Amino acid sequence: MSILINKDSKVLVTGLTGRIGSFHAEEMREYGTNVVGGVTPGKGGTMHNGLPVFNTVKGAVAETDADMVIAFVPPPFAADSIMEAADAGIKTCVCIADGIPAQDMIRVKRYMRRYKSQNRMRLIGPNCAGIITPGQAFAGLMPPHIYLPGRVGIIGRSGTLGYEAASQMKEVGIGVSSSIGIGGDPVNGSSFRDILELFENDEDTDAVVLVGEIGGPQEAQAAAYIGDHMKKPVAAYIAGLSAPKGRTMGHAGAIVSAFGESAQEKVEILKEAGVAIVPTPSSFGPVVKKMLAA
Amino acid sequence: MDIHEYQAKELLTRFGVNIPRGGIAYSPEQAVYRASELSGEKWVVKAQIHSGARGKAGGVRICSSEEELSEAASWMLGRKLVTHQTGPQGKLVSRLYIEEATTIAQEIYLAFVMDRTEERVMVVASAQGGMEIEDISANEPDSIIRSVVDPAVGMQAFQAREIAFSLGLDPALIPQAVKTITGCYKLMEEMDANMVEINPLVVTASGEIVALDGKLSFDDNALFRHPEISELRDKSQEDPRETFAGDRGLNYIGLDGEIGCIVNGAGLAMATLDMIKMAGGDPANFLDVGGGASPDRVLMSFKAVLNDKNVEAILVNIFAGINRCDWIAEGVIRAVKELELTMPLVVRLSGTNVDEGRKLIAESGLNIQTAETLADAAELVVGAWKSARAN
Repeated sequence: MSILINKDSKVLVTGLTGRIGSFHAEEMREYGTNVVGGVTPGKGGTMHNGLPVFNTVKGAVAETDADMVIAFVPPPFAADSIMEAADAGIKTCVCIADGIPAQDMIRVKRYMRRYKSQNRMRLIGPNCAGIITPGQAFAGLMPPHIYLPGRVGIIGRSGTLGYEAASQMKEVGIGVSSSIGIGGDPVNGSSFRDILELFENDEDTDAVVLVGEIGGPQEAQAAAYIGDHMKKPVAAYIAGLSAPKGRTMGHAGAIVSAFGESAQEKVEILKEAGVAIVPTPSSFGPVVKKMLAA
Repeated sequence: MDIHEYQAKELLTRFGVNIPRGGIAYSPEQAVYRASELSGEKWVVKAQIHSGARGKAGGVRICSSEEELSEAASWMLGRKLVTHQTGPQGKLVSRLYIEEATTIAQEIYLAFVMDRTEERVMVVASAQGGMEIEDISANEPDSIIRSVVDPAVGMQAFQAREIAFSLGLDPALIPQAVKTITGCYKLMEEMDANMVEINPLVVTASGEIVALDGKLSFDDNALFRHPEISELRDKSQEDPRETFAGDRGLNYIGLDGEIGCIVNGAGLAMATLDMIKMAGGDPANFLDVGGGASPDRVLMSFKAVLNDKNVEAILVNIFAGINRCDWIAEGVIRAVKELELTMPLVVRLSGTNVDEGRKLIAESGLNIQTAETLADAAELVVGAWKSARAN
């Protein structure tokens, strides 16, 4: 089954006619993703690379039955685009944009609470590499060939570190059920804990690799969930051991401001929850292999 | 983006917060003139740098004569003040703020921050004003009052009243306190601030609530809709290495070591710094070249890294997704030739078009070491740096 995306997901690309949206939509289709159309306000009724373009997400859903949106919309307009998807009844929205104002994200999350939890859209990102179920489909900008299909889930804030994990696992013959990039922003759609829960309940996933970094409470929240609720084994790497305190390191979210937010503290908290620690970004392969053998 | 105290205070008054009267000065003569404009018997000379804890570094002085004013201003102007927030290199004082002295009856700490657990704006207040919030939470954790704002409706008067009463303010001061607290929230929301901190907010002897200090920090991602805030940027307060890189659209942070780094992706860049440190070296910078980096952008990254004169070796670490290793390699080769690079250089390429990229580097005939994994790359660059140093 995998989580969030598979070969049957009907994916709508917002910003399809832009250079970036257009390029990645083609990559996604080539891999087998069922892209059903795109949305660009003002270009409704036209075709783009053989795909129908709509003016609104609602209009696109009515025609195509799409259940997923991947937003390639520039940061100033991304919040609006996410809310439009939520209102159109989309199940999962992946937002790639890097640089959405924090207040916009606060408003987006407040807006999404208008919908009862069973009807509420799941937002992945922003500022993420996307999601993939290897061998089936992906929505994002990752190089899909580095993922071997398999039974280990990956959740990461950083795109390229997620690639490191997947390709090192592939090298030792370990495959991935799904890989989910939750993004590097301080306010994001889904937390580590949210995705851990999906993997815990997914019958095609045996174990999970968590790729975290300094800043924010989400790794500590994940540790609490793992300790209390998870039966599947988890391995974790935390980036930023050498990061100076009080400076944001690239990701707007990577700034240490409270206890439990430095890399050292996160490693300790995860270790206490029984998580196998990946000590360096070059040791995903051996640590995951050892965890699966145990 | 941070701004100066005097700029913050000007914004705060626009949102209904009281501040002491004051004016800006660029010379000791101007400082004396500003004080004469303010009249009164005592004035405060405040160095304008982007840092807290200025008082401990000598950047805040109370003066009661022209001579004292002139002396304080001469001492501060042109000096680099070092606080725990500036780093050892300190920050240059080129402007002063001259303010009328205030008689303080009560000091309060008031701040508005983005709380990442609530994912909303949180008000943090304490009756222990004047102390740093870190010290308050260490010494007087029970004195901290917290209140979370619903973004759909904004800060409500009752929330401000609850905070004001919890601070132990005199009932007669409550309307003023509510105006101050709700005003700060409006500023935060309308101007896309990340943080509003007033420390201390004081009750004066004459029963007025006044912001004695003001620290505002703005969301860089929202500056596109606030050109008037962007104009307040003061490059003299920034690390010149970061200004150089930032002006060229590079995501760069200056550090203290000797090994320059060029990496794609913020997480991988952080991990690369960790690996260099584990291998026994010290990184000189954080640099994320971003996705889809062209050869030109790689060349520009080399220029930004080499702009730091402490750099003695360079590590390039790329895991190409939307990037292409052959483009990166092309950029690296151009950089080595055009910049006549002689220091040790290690390149690790992985991902899209990796074979083409490695081939380009191998056939270039240049003195570039290559590695397959991040661990090998870090060991190699630290080893090469150490032996270059030994010679």
